[in-house]
Amino acid sequence: MLDWIRKLGRGGLRLFGKLGRGGLFLMATLGGIPAVLRRPGLLVAQLWSVGVLSLALITLSGLFVGMVLGLQGYNTLVDFGAEESLGVAVALAVVRELGPVVTALLFAGRAGSAMTAEIGLMKATEQLSGMEMMAVNPIHRVIAPRYLAGILSMPLLAAIFSAVAVYGGFFVGVGLLGVDDGAYWSQMQAKVDLYEDVWNGVIKSLVFGLVVTWIAVFEGYDTVPTSEGVAGATTRTVVHSAFAILTLDFVLTAMMFGDY
Amino acid sequence: MGETAAQAGRDTLVKIRGLEFSRGDRVIFDGVDLDILRGKVTAVMGPSGTGKTTLLRLIGGQLCPDRGSVQVDGLEVSRLRTGELYALRKRMGMLFQSGALLTDLSVFDNVAFPLREHTDLPESMIRDLVLMKLQAVGLRGARDLKPAQLSGGMARRVAMSRAIALDPMMIMYDEPFTGQDPISKGALVKLIRLLNDALGLTSIIVSHDVQETAEISDYIYVISQGRVMGQGAPDEIERTDSGWVKQFMHGLPDGPVPFHYPAPDYRDDLLQT
Repeated sequence: MLDWIRKLGRGGLRLFGKLGRGGLFLMATLGGIPAVLRRPGLLVAQLWSVGVLSLALITLSGLFVGMVLGLQGYNTLVDFGAEESLGVAVALAVVRELGPVVTALLFAGRAGSAMTAEIGLMKATEQLSGMEMMAVNPIHRVIAPRYLAGILSMPLLAAIFSAVAVYGGFFVGVGLLGVDDGAYWSQMQAKVDLYEDVWNGVIKSLVFGLVVTWIAVFEGYDTVPTSEGVAGATTRTVVHSAFAILTLDFVLTAMMFGDY
Repeated sequence: MGETAAQAGRDTLVKIRGLEFSRGDRVIFDGVDLDILRGKVTAVMGPSGTGKTTLLRLIGGQLCPDRGSVQVDGLEVSRLRTGELYALRKRMGMLFQSGALLTDLSVFDNVAFPLREHTDLPESMIRDLVLMKLQAVGLRGARDLKPAQLSGGMARRVAMSRAIALDPMMIMYDEPFTGQDPISKGALVKLIRLLNDALGLTSIIVSHDVQETAEISDYIYVISQGRVMGQGAPDEIERTDSGWVKQFMHGLPDGPVPFHYPAPDYRDDLLQT
C-alpha cells in the first residue's frame, strides 16, 4: 500500500516537473519568436519541411475521408429522401470536426514525430550544446522557427484537407451516386455558417497547432540524449499529441457548440 | 613580489579556485584549483568519468559550480548575465568529442555559421574567411561535403576551423584524439599546437590519451576522484613520486587503482554454495 502511494507520488512529481519544464520552455520559445520574424529565411525553410512536405499526405487523406463521407452520408440520407443534403453533411463534418482533428493527428504523426527526432538527435550529437558554446541560442535558432512554422501550417493544412474532402464527397455523391449538383453546393452554401462553423474550425486547428507543435519540440529538447531516449520521445510525441487533440477537441466542441 | 603576483594574474586566462560540483549524490569535483596560462597548451588528464568534460562545461558556463569560483579573463562565469555570457563565449571556441557539426549544413556552411550568426560581413568576405580557416586545417577541398561524408578525424578538423572562425582567445578540446587512427591523430596533434602558436591562442585539452597529449602540452593537470592528483610540466609529471599519477601516465593495470573491483574474498566466494 505504502509502495503504491510512493509510486503515485513519484509519478505525480515527475508529471508536474515535466509540466513545469514544458511551461518554461514554451515561454523561452515564445521569447524567440521576434528573432525568427527578423530572419524569415529560417521560418520559410521550416514551413517547407513542416507544411509543404505534409501536403501530399493531407490532400490524399482529405480526398478519401471526403469520399467515404459521401458514400456513408448518401446511404443514410437516401432512406429519408434527403440525399440533397449530402453537401451540408459532408461540409459540416469536415469543417467542424474531421478537418481540424484528422489533420492534427496526421500532422503529429508526420511532422511532429520528425521534429522530435530531429531535435532529439541534434541534442544527442551535441549540436545544440555546440550552438550554445558558439553563443547562439538554440531555442531561438532551432526551436522557435519550428514552433512558429507548426502553428502557421496547421490551420492552412486543415483548410486544404477540408476543401479537398468536400470535393471528395462531391465526386462520390454527385459524380457516382447521382445527387443533384446544384443542391449539393447550394444547400452547403445556405447551411454552413462562416463564423459558427468555418471560424470555429480554424480556431480548433490553431489550438491543435499550438499544442501539437509544443509537445513535439519540447519532447525533442527534453529527450534523454541516447538512441532509446530519442525513440521514446518520438513515440511520446505521437501518443501525447493524439491524446491532447482528442481531449481538447471535446472541450472546444463543448465550448463552441454546446447549448448550455 | 606584488608585481609578480599581478603579472601572474594577467597571465592567467582561466582561474579555478575551490571548485565543488556534484550530480545528484555523485561528487564530481571536491575542491579543485586550476590555472590556465595565456598562450599555453594546458592538458587536463584523468580516467574516464572523472568529470573532464564537466570541467569544460563549467568553464564555458553551461553548468554552474555548487561552490568555488571559475574565472575566465577576470570574469566570474557563473555570475554573468546571459548577454555577457554569450559575449564571453564568442571569444571561446570549443571542440566537442563528436565534432558537433550541424548535420544539415555543408562543411562550408558549418564554418560560416558563427560568422553569419554574429557578424554582418558581406558574403564575399565570409567566403574568403571560411576558405582561410579551412585551408588552415587542410580541408579547403572538402568545403562542399556534408558532415555525414567526413571521417571522424576530418569532422574534428572542420569543427576546429569552425572554432577558430571568430578568432577566439582560447579553444577547449574535449577528447580530441579518441577513436582516431594514427594518421588523423598525428594531424590533430600537429594542428592543436600549430593553431595555438600561430594564432596566439590559449588551449585546454581534456584527454586520457597520455602520450599524444603530453607531447604538445606545456602544463599538465591530472585529476581523479574530484581532486587534482598531480600537476606540472610534462617532464615533471614523468618524474613524479605519486603512485597514482605514475600508474595513470604509464597505463599500469594494477597499482593505487586496483585491477579488481572490490569483491569478497575469492576463495570464500568460490566455496560458497
